[in-house]
Amino acid sequence: MYCSTAANLLISTDMSSTTLHSILEATRLSVGYISGSPVIADISARLEAGHLAVLVGANGSGKSTLLRTLSGAQAPLAGSVEIMGKRVGDYSRRGLARVLSMVYTDRTMAGGLTVSETVAVGRQPHTGVLGRMSDADREAVAKALEDVGMSAKANNFLANLSDGERQKVMIARALAQDTPLVILDEPTAFLDVASRLEIMGLLRRVASRESGRSVLLSSHDIAPALSVADDVWLVDSTGRRLICGQAGEMIGSGLLDLAFPGRDVRFDASRLDYVLATGAPE
Amino acid sequence: MTRYRIVIISLCVALLLLLPCGLLLGSVYIPASEIFKAIAGSVPQDSVVSIILFETRIPALLTALLAGTGLAVAGLLMQTGFSNPLAGPSIMGISSGASLGVALVMLAFGGALGVWGRMATVGGAFAGAMAVMGVLLLFSSVVRSSDVLLIVGILIGYLASSAITLLNFFATQSGVHSYVVWGMGTFAGVSSEAMPLFAGLVVVLTLLSFLLAKPLDALLLGNRYATSAGVNVGATRTVLILLSGALTAVVTAWCGPVAFIGLAVPHIARMLIQSSAHRRLLPATALCGAVTGLFCQILSVAPAIERGIIPVNAITPLVGVPVIIYVLLNRRKLAYFN
Repeated sequence: MYCSTAANLLISTDMSSTTLHSILEATRLSVGYISGSPVIADISARLEAGHLAVLVGANGSGKSTLLRTLSGAQAPLAGSVEIMGKRVGDYSRRGLARVLSMVYTDRTMAGGLTVSETVAVGRQPHTGVLGRMSDADREAVAKALEDVGMSAKANNFLANLSDGERQKVMIARALAQDTPLVILDEPTAFLDVASRLEIMGLLRRVASRESGRSVLLSSHDIAPALSVADDVWLVDSTGRRLICGQAGEMIGSGLLDLAFPGRDVRFDASRLDYVLATGAPE
Repeated sequence: MTRYRIVIISLCVALLLLLPCGLLLGSVYIPASEIFKAIAGSVPQDSVVSIILFETRIPALLTALLAGTGLAVAGLLMQTGFSNPLAGPSIMGISSGASLGVALVMLAFGGALGVWGRMATVGGAFAGAMAVMGVLLLFSSVVRSSDVLLIVGILIGYLASSAITLLNFFATQSGVHSYVVWGMGTFAGVSSEAMPLFAGLVVVLTLLSFLLAKPLDALLLGNRYATSAGVNVGATRTVLILLSGALTAVVTAWCGPVAFIGLAVPHIARMLIQSSAHRRLLPATALCGAVTGLFCQILSVAPAIERGIIPVNAITPLVGVPVIIYVLLNRRKLAYFN
């Protein structure tokens, strides 16, 4: 027993030192619109299995454009994006849906679906033409609902949920999709403080070494996001570049100040958040 | 027993109750006993009762049932496809487009339509419906608001109507007459020879649309979530438009531009089964459309003994408009609006 654990450990260390394949890898990537100059140019970044990365940056700095490009919704201007070692553009729609699930900001208006019917949409990449659910599919839905703490409301209509609960359901849908990578574009933007914190905690549990699942999310909720993140990806909009680092290092480095160039804010590491640079009471 | 099963069984029972009513009612009074005899085959086939029953009443009831099904399913496909619960073939100008196509064909033929003429009207209706659908699709890529798209559809409907009026102005009198009669809507226009074709088209198109239940559910969550679930949103939308356009065209070619069934019935079905999941909503809508079509047909003949038949388009708004007003007034309470 002990031996086999040790052997496993050995194998896993061995893998991590040599062939560790990252879940998401961007190489010399430029993103933006064909008509204009790139919003973010020539960046490289990688997300390891089980990691949670937070993408931070000012409004209009290109966070959403970057996430769209990483998720294959928009073609890169240059460079490449690989998920699980395969270029995003080389996946079929269904194939991509099996490795990547998305969660968006806006409130989902599908009130006539129940919570479990909504989560079941996440199983679509795994079901046949008619969408008939197997026992395994139903189990995956139940498990996802349990993971987000919404099992008790499985048969409620989406219409009868609060915005925070709806977003948990959309995350459950992403979990039921059972993909190694989940990308969330400002998933907490319209939620109250309690929901924001709950969702960050939930995402922390979602990305874990055991599950092997990685999470990349953009957020303006700096403190709660930083408190759960393994990695920070910072869009430095003056340089049109991306600075990536381990969360702890990034927090202490002073680099986070680069997110809001020319603005009257600075990053306060003791509060894990941005504060007014001048005129703020001590 | 689940709510869904109760609803489906109730709708089937309603169909079974309405059918004999439909056989009994008509512009000529036939006692129930005569009808039983005719159905049992103990009356000669060339008797008046047999002819009325087998050449008029049964085809009209079948047509009403099928037209109701086709329009209701077309309405549901459009409501989900355009993400707008107020979409429907008659509202969004699809029926008007089909009418314009039919008007072109009818006025060109000058009135009397043989089998080929009828096929040509189906072709004309389909081309007209598709043309409007195509324009709506073009607009939908430019206009993001589904309310604006709805208004564009209504405006296209007016354009088509004005084109039809212009055509009528230059057409022969018999052409205009047959077009006007067709435009009032009737479920009596499918002859027993044409019935297999009409029924076949409606049934096949309806069953094909049932195959879309899975991507339709994904579309309820919005384009981006549907894409994230692996759905090819563009292709799905194109198939939706082709199917709903074809259903509308087939029904419109034979029955005229029947209003409000396509808009109202999906709402009735959603309220009955309390769900928007298409695996259940599509069959419920189809069945509910059949019941509604039959009901409208019976209403159009019920008061008509010795007086002729009321045009279907005088009846369907009486059934459909109250439903839509109820839906609009209660949109905060109805789950699928939120």
